[in-house]
Amino acid sequence: MAILIKNGRVIDPASNTDRVADVLISEGRVVGVSPNLSASNAEVFDATGLIVAPGFIDMHVHLREPGFEHAETIESGSRAAAAGGFTSICCMPNTKPVNDSVTVTSYIVERARRNAVVNVFPIGAITKGSEGVELAAIGSMKAAGAVAISDDGRPVMNSRVMRRAMEFAKSYDLPVIDHCEDLNLSAGGDMHEGAKSVRLGLRGIPAAAEDVMVARDLVLAQLTGARYHVAHISTRYAVAMVEYARQHGLPVTCETTPHHFALTDDDMAPYDSNYKMKPPLRAGCDREAVTEGIVSGAIGAIATDHAPHPGSEKMQEFESCPFGIIGLETAIALTIEKLVHPGKITLSRMVELFTTGPESVMRLGRGTLAPDAPGDVTVFSPDVNWTYDVNQSFSRSRNSPFDGRTFRGGPVATIVNGEFVWRRER
Amino acid sequence: MPAGLLGIEELDRAEIEAILTRAKDFQPLQTQSVKKLDALRGKMIVNLFYEASTRTRTSFEIAAKRLSADAVSITAAGSSVSKGESLVDTLNTLAAMRPDAIVMRHAASGAPHFLARHLPTPIINAGDGTHEHPTQALLDARTILDHRSALEGLRVAIIGDILHSRVARSNVYLLSKFGAQIVLCGPASLLPPELAQLAPGVQLTTDIREAIRDADVIMMLRVQLERQHEAAFPASEYFRFYGLRLEHLDLAKPDAIVMHPGPINRGRELSSEVADFQRSVILNQVENGIAVRMAVLEKVIG
Repeated sequence: MAILIKNGRVIDPASNTDRVADVLISEGRVVGVSPNLSASNAEVFDATGLIVAPGFIDMHVHLREPGFEHAETIESGSRAAAAGGFTSICCMPNTKPVNDSVTVTSYIVERARRNAVVNVFPIGAITKGSEGVELAAIGSMKAAGAVAISDDGRPVMNSRVMRRAMEFAKSYDLPVIDHCEDLNLSAGGDMHEGAKSVRLGLRGIPAAAEDVMVARDLVLAQLTGARYHVAHISTRYAVAMVEYARQHGLPVTCETTPHHFALTDDDMAPYDSNYKMKPPLRAGCDREAVTEGIVSGAIGAIATDHAPHPGSEKMQEFESCPFGIIGLETAIALTIEKLVHPGKITLSRMVELFTTGPESVMRLGRGTLAPDAPGDVTVFSPDVNWTYDVNQSFSRSRNSPFDGRTFRGGPVATIVNGEFVWRRER
Repeated sequence: MPAGLLGIEELDRAEIEAILTRAKDFQPLQTQSVKKLDALRGKMIVNLFYEASTRTRTSFEIAAKRLSADAVSITAAGSSVSKGESLVDTLNTLAAMRPDAIVMRHAASGAPHFLARHLPTPIINAGDGTHEHPTQALLDARTILDHRSALEGLRVAIIGDILHSRVARSNVYLLSKFGAQIVLCGPASLLPPELAQLAPGVQLTTDIREAIRDADVIMMLRVQLERQHEAAFPASEYFRFYGLRLEHLDLAKPDAIVMHPGPINRGRELSSEVADFQRSVILNQVENGIAVRMAVLEKVIG
């Protein structure tokens, strides 16, 4: 079965395309992009007034399977991804057991093959059990399908271990993704350390906890030559340091999340755990620096850090609630609302942030509509009006601060390997 | 959100004045032979204390009884809390018994605010973590007003572990609303600069002498070792630099009063001589606690 997407504005930064054209997908691959295409056996999708882009890649999600299936499964997370306009997602290794072995990597790959509606790429752990002590079987995990390594959420504190990890990762040509948090500086903290945390009597996580770790990692990246990527960057100095490293030619990249450019600590409803995540919502100056980093190119990717937690875990005293919010279904809308509509970035730059940006780090062989590329397409609208009802989410969890928010702009249809996996009801 | 009392921050001046005035009405009652009024007859109050407390819990209980309300006190140890029940489940269970108010103390900042969003019962915050302790600030204000004609223009020094003090926060909000000058003083690691943004009229200093100079009121805070997750200051020299001694009082106004929310640690945050000093009003604070809590209970459920 073929799909012919008619009359959309096709934006494919990888091939320098931005024009109204048709896109033909057949047998799971892109056949071509050109005006006035026709195909007798194809399902026609009218994309007039819509943006047609290479399938979006979310390089940072938590699918919770194996081990925490009450919060999310590979299937439910992939459906949320599809409804958010993502065709490929990379899942972090903090499952139970931790994805630190071929067994778990293969399990995720196999479960995804059977149950996922989008492409799922596992990220392996840096250390066994993500305990920060002994290196995991990095090379074997790569052979089994891992596309990067990270101890997301439990960063490697021991600089010597991190150095070794970078050395190995370099030899396997894998990127090292770090959740940058000095655990001693952040210990006990529940939100960004600032006027709001002092007012609410909540313990703070200083921006310095992130800055210190980014600084260390950049030094180690320089030492080892590894490809190094900062996950969910959130502070002004961290952005500045990454920019400095890039200007000096280091193979260093970073991503940020929609909530870090959409919200600050001051936006947090008092003691509402749907605003509790790591890194925490930062100060206004940090949010501005993150936004500027996206504009300047210092930040190359937007990733959701989709982190499902069931209601029972979020319905507690703030300090007892786990960190993290879901984000797959609101990422495109927030990017349009906060960055595109205010004129900070173009639609073409937005597409880069979700395609070529993450692709350059993860090297999935995706993120373009070039002929013969995988038939992954994200169709979205900068103007569609819709309201996010978290109770209708495809995720198994409901922990979003954006519930009830009305957006202008959002995904319209998601095509994975030549098949529709989600369409907005219209 | 049901009408309760979660903090001082969200109250306006008139609401605070009303409570303080009403508390004054209740003061004479404390020394009468029959101390009971009928105001809350038939009402039921649950005191739910997740943290150890002697004076606040007793004070709330007595306040309820003096207004003829029925009061039940529950402490975490020996209740379903120690059996692993979640906070929200415990409170839902208690709310189903239809009390007219729940007085609550909890070690987590915001715990009563979280519950107030999910429960129909009014909640009175008897201290939440390191956030607020509204009735303490009210009784402190009542006590100051027993010794001064107004709060406006007073210089109030609050000394100790400010960062972890819910007493300090509530007092800052209250005193600032009435135009007092507030000097917060403590070791640097317990005195983040953001404290100056809590309310208008707040200054910070790490020098106890500077804090006390010309003060009308000296409010000492307990050193809350149980809230310190690390050694934020060298405990061995705390008294030397932040303990209140008689000689410090020469720096304050001649009629300055010394306050402490209790329980006091003689020799840790203030010397024994200061605790027993004639211008120490620590026991007046305790006495006013009952009058103020009567006023609060009456306002919330009367």
